[in-house]
Amino acid sequence: MSEATADGPATAKLSAEGVSKIFGGLVAVDGVDLEIAPRSIVSIIGPNGAGKTTFFNMLTGLYKPSTGRILFDGRDITGTRPDRITSFGIARTFQNIRLFSTMSAVENVMVGQHARMKGGMFSSIIRTPGVRREEREVREKAREMLDYVGLRAAEFDQVSSNLSYGDQRRVEIARALASEPSLLLLDEPTAGMNPNESARLTEFMERLRDEKDLTILLIEHDMKVVMGVSEHITVLDHGEKIAEGLPREIRENERVVEAYLGKSAVE
Amino acid sequence: MSRLAELRNARWAPWLPAIIAVVAVALFPLFRPPLDATMSDVIQALAYVVMALGLNIVVGFAGLLDLGYVAFYAFGALAAGWFASDHFSKVNGGEGVHIGVSDFVQTAFPQGIHVSFLLIVIGAILVTALAGAIIGLPTLRLRGDYIAIVTLAFGEIISRFAANGDSVIIKGYALSNGRESISPIDQLNLPLVGEFDSATNLRFYFWTALALVLVVLFVNFRVRDSRLGRAWIALREDEVAAASMGVPLVRTKLTAYAIGATFGGIAGAFLGVYNNSVNANQFQFGISIFLLSMVILGGLGSIWGVVIGATLLSFVNTYLIPDVLDKGSFNDLLGDLGLDFTFGEIKFGVFGFILVLMMVLRPQGLLPERRRTAELTEGVGGDEAIVETRA
Repeated sequence: MSEATADGPATAKLSAEGVSKIFGGLVAVDGVDLEIAPRSIVSIIGPNGAGKTTFFNMLTGLYKPSTGRILFDGRDITGTRPDRITSFGIARTFQNIRLFSTMSAVENVMVGQHARMKGGMFSSIIRTPGVRREEREVREKAREMLDYVGLRAAEFDQVSSNLSYGDQRRVEIARALASEPSLLLLDEPTAGMNPNESARLTEFMERLRDEKDLTILLIEHDMKVVMGVSEHITVLDHGEKIAEGLPREIRENERVVEAYLGKSAVE
Repeated sequence: MSRLAELRNARWAPWLPAIIAVVAVALFPLFRPPLDATMSDVIQALAYVVMALGLNIVVGFAGLLDLGYVAFYAFGALAAGWFASDHFSKVNGGEGVHIGVSDFVQTAFPQGIHVSFLLIVIGAILVTALAGAIIGLPTLRLRGDYIAIVTLAFGEIISRFAANGDSVIIKGYALSNGRESISPIDQLNLPLVGEFDSATNLRFYFWTALALVLVVLFVNFRVRDSRLGRAWIALREDEVAAASMGVPLVRTKLTAYAIGATFGGIAGAFLGVYNNSVNANQFQFGISIFLLSMVILGGLGSIWGVVIGATLLSFVNTYLIPDVLDKGSFNDLLGDLGLDFTFGEIKFGVFGFILVLMMVLRPQGLLPERRRTAELTEGVGGDEAIVETRA
């Protein structure tokens, strides 16, 4: 779409070019451009209904963009199936936690590794040595992941619906990490957390980026988290990108304040 | 550690009750006359267990409500009709094809295709797996109740096909004999052990049915505890999350349909041979519902539960209704009350009554799966509709 992406594919982890989503007569996302540098932590903010989650759903293949193009590591993934996109290396969490509620924490994380596993139907029935080994490794890795996100070992085999809210968020992140992504999308990860927990999560995101070589894109409402962790912020309102830049710039941007607080507050 | 504690901790210890039950069932025919009515009831029950276990994969594991499962029974039975009778009378220049069957079959039925039971089963598996994948395709874009409607229609289409198959002529051969039977179908021809006639001895039919149940059980357990089994459960609970975690929806659903269908085909092939004939009247819509009742009675998704549910309902059908409720004092009592009907006539009313009782007293089934219990008692596992479905 724009010239800004001319050198995009080579350097950007993810770039969206003029991406729109139209539901019937409603324009949920309107021609949004976005570029994310590798190993960065960036945020999308905006008032409720701004189209942030819709944008996420297009990045992960749940929605097909009405127009525009999405490139991941230089590869066009526009309208690709969600499971393919996961296997390319994008993983996500959901705004309202979507764990497999009757599965244990470990099983949830094992499903996260589905795309990285090989065991087919016939080899599973015969249970070949390869399948046996893979199952063992996947289970082991699931436990490591849960440990990494800070779940207590006693909770590993708990049915996920019995876990506390904070632990469910942890399991969801572990499940996403289990698919070995290079880009992690977090949809309001601090929703329902107290300031203390939010601060810990902020730290954790930075650790993830450094230790796992991840690029992180998050949707977030908690401005303390957003301003603290983001290297770059994009602001959506009514489906349109109204601003982007460094946290400092966004804080002072008049249109952003207006979108959040209303016009009268600015005047 | 004491000897007993060692035994209790052995890896096979949890399987002990099952092993004892299987051995007991396997020995059962030896204590009965070779043409025992109870034995034939059990054979029928075992065949239903195979089908119910197949349906359980589709409905219980993957959560895709299938109301047309009878179609796979039909395909399996037709496979027996095609591959073990003189249906294809002109094949091989009228000299027939005989593989692994007794001398008696070769001399008595020189025409048509006659193959060993194992080959019939393999043929049935191929035919029904394909049929399962085909029925799966149109349902892939659908959710919940709509899947049920499509499968219901598919079941009806197949039974219509079987009923009118005598006018579907391909290369000079009819698809089926319609409401007339494809008959006689060869007796059970097993490799190594030979041929067995259901008119004189049912024991080997019994053991064959039991062997089929064991194979199907084995596959059920193995698949459930695999990558595929986890993917099915994930899909059942939350399709959107499953897809986002890398589970390919189309392929995972189709595999469920195909494996489930295969079991129906195996049971169908067996029943075709056991009943000695295949006709369209055997493939009633009621069978789909009957099988679904077995799965629900036993506990959706619970393998042992389904085995129990299928056995119980099958016995209600072949023993309790005709031999207890419709005979003797119970029937006289009805007559005294001035009620002029037999329970055989209102069979499905009886099954329906059992289901209603279950829903009131024990909605999770007789032997529920751990996950289902959680769903029913804690209200988890609810599904939020995805806004846009993708194939």
